[in-house]
Amino acid sequence: MPARTGLEYLGLVRVQGPLIFVKGIANIGFGEMAEVVTSEGEVRLGRVLSISDDLAVVEVFEGTAGLSGSESKVRFLGRPFEYRVSAEEVLGRIFDGLGRPLDGGPPPIAGQTRDINGLPINPVARVYPQDFIQTGISAIDGLNVLVRGQKLPIFSGSGLPHAQLSAQIVRQTRLLEKEERFAIVFAAMGTKHEEAQFFRNDFEESGSLKNVVMFLNLADDPSIERLITPRIALTVAEHLAFEEDMHVLVILTDMTNYCEALREVATSKGEVPSRKGYPGYLYSDLASIYERAGRIATAKGSITQIAILTMPDDDITHPIPDLTGYITEGQIVLDRGLFQKGIYPPINVLPSLSRLMSDGIGEGRTREDHQNLASQVYALYAQAKRVERLASIIGEEDLTGRDRLFLRFSNEFEGRFIKQGPYENRTIFETLDLGWELGMIFPSRDLTRVKPEEIQKYGKTTLFSQQK
Amino acid sequence: MSKTRKAIINEINGPVIKVRQAYGFSMNEMVVIGEEKLLGEVIELYGDQATIQVYEDTTGLKPGTSVHGQGLPLFTELGPGIVGHVFDGIQRPLSVMYQDSGPFIRRGKAGEALNRDKAWAFKPKTGSGERVSPGQVIGDVEETDRVVHRIMVPPNLSGRLLEIAPEGPYTIEEKIALLEDEKGETQEIKLYQKWPVRRIRPYQKRILPSEPLFTGQRVIDFFFPLAKGGTAAIPGGFGTGKTITQHQLSKWVDADIIVYIGCGERGNEMAGVLMDFPKLLDPRTGRPLIERTIFIANTSDMPVAAREASIYTGITIAEYYRDMGYHVALMADSTSRWAEALREIAGRMEEMPAEEGFPAYLASRLAEFYERAGAVITGGGETGSVSVIGAVSPPGSDFSEPVTQHTKRYVSTFWALDKELASARYFPAINYLDSYSGYVESVALWWKKKADFDWTDLRSQALAILKEDAKLMNIVKLIGEDALPGDQKVIFHGARLIKEDFLQQSAFDSVDTYSPAGKQVLMLRIILRFIERMKETVAAHRIPVYRIMEVPVLEEMERMKYTYKGDDLKPFKDILKRLEEEFDDLLKREA
Ligand SMILES: Nc1ncnc2c1ncn2[C@@H]1O[C@H](COP(=O)(O)OP(=O)(O)O)[C@@H](O)[C@H]1O
Ligand SMILES: [Mg+2]
Repeated sequence: MPARTGLEYLGLVRVQGPLIFVKGIANIGFGEMAEVVTSEGEVRLGRVLSISDDLAVVEVFEGTAGLSGSESKVRFLGRPFEYRVSAEEVLGRIFDGLGRPLDGGPPPIAGQTRDINGLPINPVARVYPQDFIQTGISAIDGLNVLVRGQKLPIFSGSGLPHAQLSAQIVRQTRLLEKEERFAIVFAAMGTKHEEAQFFRNDFEESGSLKNVVMFLNLADDPSIERLITPRIALTVAEHLAFEEDMHVLVILTDMTNYCEALREVATSKGEVPSRKGYPGYLYSDLASIYERAGRIATAKGSITQIAILTMPDDDITHPIPDLTGYITEGQIVLDRGLFQKGIYPPINVLPSLSRLMSDGIGEGRTREDHQNLASQVYALYAQAKRVERLASIIGEEDLTGRDRLFLRFSNEFEGRFIKQGPYENRTIFETLDLGWELGMIFPSRDLTRVKPEEIQKYGKTTLFSQQK
Repeated sequence: MSKTRKAIINEINGPVIKVRQAYGFSMNEMVVIGEEKLLGEVIELYGDQATIQVYEDTTGLKPGTSVHGQGLPLFTELGPGIVGHVFDGIQRPLSVMYQDSGPFIRRGKAGEALNRDKAWAFKPKTGSGERVSPGQVIGDVEETDRVVHRIMVPPNLSGRLLEIAPEGPYTIEEKIALLEDEKGETQEIKLYQKWPVRRIRPYQKRILPSEPLFTGQRVIDFFFPLAKGGTAAIPGGFGTGKTITQHQLSKWVDADIIVYIGCGERGNEMAGVLMDFPKLLDPRTGRPLIERTIFIANTSDMPVAAREASIYTGITIAEYYRDMGYHVALMADSTSRWAEALREIAGRMEEMPAEEGFPAYLASRLAEFYERAGAVITGGGETGSVSVIGAVSPPGSDFSEPVTQHTKRYVSTFWALDKELASARYFPAINYLDSYSGYVESVALWWKKKADFDWTDLRSQALAILKEDAKLMNIVKLIGEDALPGDQKVIFHGARLIKEDFLQQSAFDSVDTYSPAGKQVLMLRIILRFIERMKETVAAHRIPVYRIMEVPVLEEMERMKYTYKGDDLKPFKDILKRLEEEFDDLLKREA
């Protein structure tokens, strides 16, 4: 980013973690950008975190390592962090975590500049997302539907195949959007090189690279930069969706790294922590990212957001997944047990949820029986899990005949409904029919959440019932 | 009111700023900051310094900027033009802002809460010369097809009406009455008044809540009822049904006015209700629900200080409609986000935290809020009520955290949402063992009066079965159902009928989303009668439970909730008849 003339100060009164303290300042605004020039002439970017009459606290995105207290210069830029947005200049390109080109191309110069913090969307201007997206994955399409404009994160654990799953979603949903303009905005925060490369290759293989823009802050990149990366990505996404009318899928990975960067800054500032050392405003901060998804009445496009996070210690009550779940419109939860059983995608549907499901499905959208069937499958699977626990105590032999049906259901459900190939793309009807087939393992009078007419119409035609 | 005073910013830390030369500023006074005219409120005074929470984004604000005291505390504008509208946490009209500045909320675009140009048809109800007292109704305005807006003498004012405007159209800034107060001074009355949000509006006296706030949700109305003027909390982890329950209540409760506060929650949820409410019809009046609903939307991406204010703005509006003699139900989703806003502000002020970073005054603020609920005799002598239903979002679904615990101290009804029920998609996921209601005795009378419903009996029978079942469940978990003796199997299966065929109720089922009182009573009567006959059959005739569970009427019982709306109770009476016949048959056959 080119240096601009601004107010320049020599010397830092204090350096603490990622923060520097600059004294004797005047006419500096809260939240404005700063450039820190090291004694070697290297320029690092920062932002004013708090400010008083003559003291500014600045977070330095690229870290404070090697900064000299007396020799460093700080230049205040008189504006917040901004990014130039223009579809032609970003699509098909790769940038670093602060939006600087990594692909040898020029930085964006043509578009308008936007404050990367964005603005809150007036709730009155929002259009309620209702358009079903077929991902081809039964656990999602059948039970936790994704709709255009939804924010639906993946709660994962280290070593679980969240990258494969999100790449499969990207591959398979894209096909439906042939007619319309679409884009993928990919933001990596502290992601391993390997994983970023995996995504890139996958986009390339599926031929969508020209519709993709990647912002990469990798595992060995400065951690505080991660506070900026998703915001640049979303600023670009908003431009594509709300000014260029594109359907944009934003992938943010990994939000856990983002939150840790936020904690680092808060701790250095000496703020009062709430849970596990995370600042009390973690909820609001995450909301300022996640709420930048959706549709608005003045544009045809949409922003669908899939944030990936790893649950520390696979703990869903950890503040990061917990607060995320409180903000997003559901969550897809990956499960180590299923993974170890060799089931891909290892989606545990019980804690998973899509809050926008009920309005995105049904007659005219998917099929009339979708809601009830999903509810029925949930009830059966939840009961099956209870029976499995019982079986592990009293042994399978002592189970009632009905309970044994539950065990069979659980096996078939995990082995056939949940499990599918990474390139297997099922239609919603295939998914629903499979759901019925599994449900009909039980006598119809046990299926109390579906209507008799629905059993008549969809349940009776399947193989199992014919055998009975 | 003193002249505007000016202070100077010397510190900025997110939404909290400190100013010096704050001479003559008072606590909770509204201020206007800088050229952009950002709004703020004084939340601390010490010496010549003041701390201010700013209701808008402070990016770019500089030390040295001037801050002007407004001589007024943060207030709401109360008058026609509130119902059916959407406001942010400090009552800025969001639809107007959308028209004026597009889909994104820009700062400094205040806009007045109430429309100044619209003329309302005013009908006087008093004559000049009459003595009037605070809260007395002096005229009416039809605010929506559903709501008659009573124009009242503002609290604190009384005296003799010198003049009252004749019937006709008036804007809210026009004078509609002149009053000579007790000091002999002349006061103007307009169609609207201002009231500070943090102060409870006065009433004559409190009365005990005794009439149920009927919700059409069986688990609530039957097991854990709320009374008009009562308080309730819905705590639950994410995805357990807090918001849907609040939406269901705003749709179906038998209140005259609904105030729905989206406090630090999702924008799309507001978009959802704004899409639904103009289309959905109130089962009692047949009018669109939007005509009785007021929305306060301060979503999670909107400024945090305005989120803190949102519940006060909401409850002040609720109290104002209560003053008119209406029953008002207020939903706040979620009070935890409000508490977090409080914590964020307190943290930036570097106050000493108490538990989990929350300020020590969290409990007293919660108490003040819930105490503004209540059934009252209004200044005008009418009965009105404000019922408050607050969602609570405990971190990690752990109910021992401060907001849940303190809330519990101040509410009388507690609907505990259960993660496990929700993950089995059993809704409403209200745990019937952990939940409670303090209004059971008082609403029992109402049910008795209303067509002589045996609500109390049915309720205690059903609860007894569920409690016994909970004990059995622990055994079944260890040894399986088959090992239970016959009478316990009856309880086990009977409880399942209560849980699945009565308590479970989908918000998304077009028939079952609202269950009228008569339907509720008959459904439970049927199920309990079934259990009774089952008991008898097993005990006296040694017929195994699984044979009984094959009677055909069961299928009809499973379907009844989503087959019959309940306007007509005959189908339910038929089921009851069939049930007796089938049991008699069974006995004949097996004998
Ligand atoms: N009464 C209900 N009937 C049917 N589904 C419900 C009901 N309550 C909750 N749900 C389901 O649970 C999901 C989460 O509910 P919500 O109220 O948004 O949870 P919370 O506000 O507690 O996070 C909803 O999207 C819906 O699918
Ligand atoms: Mg909610």
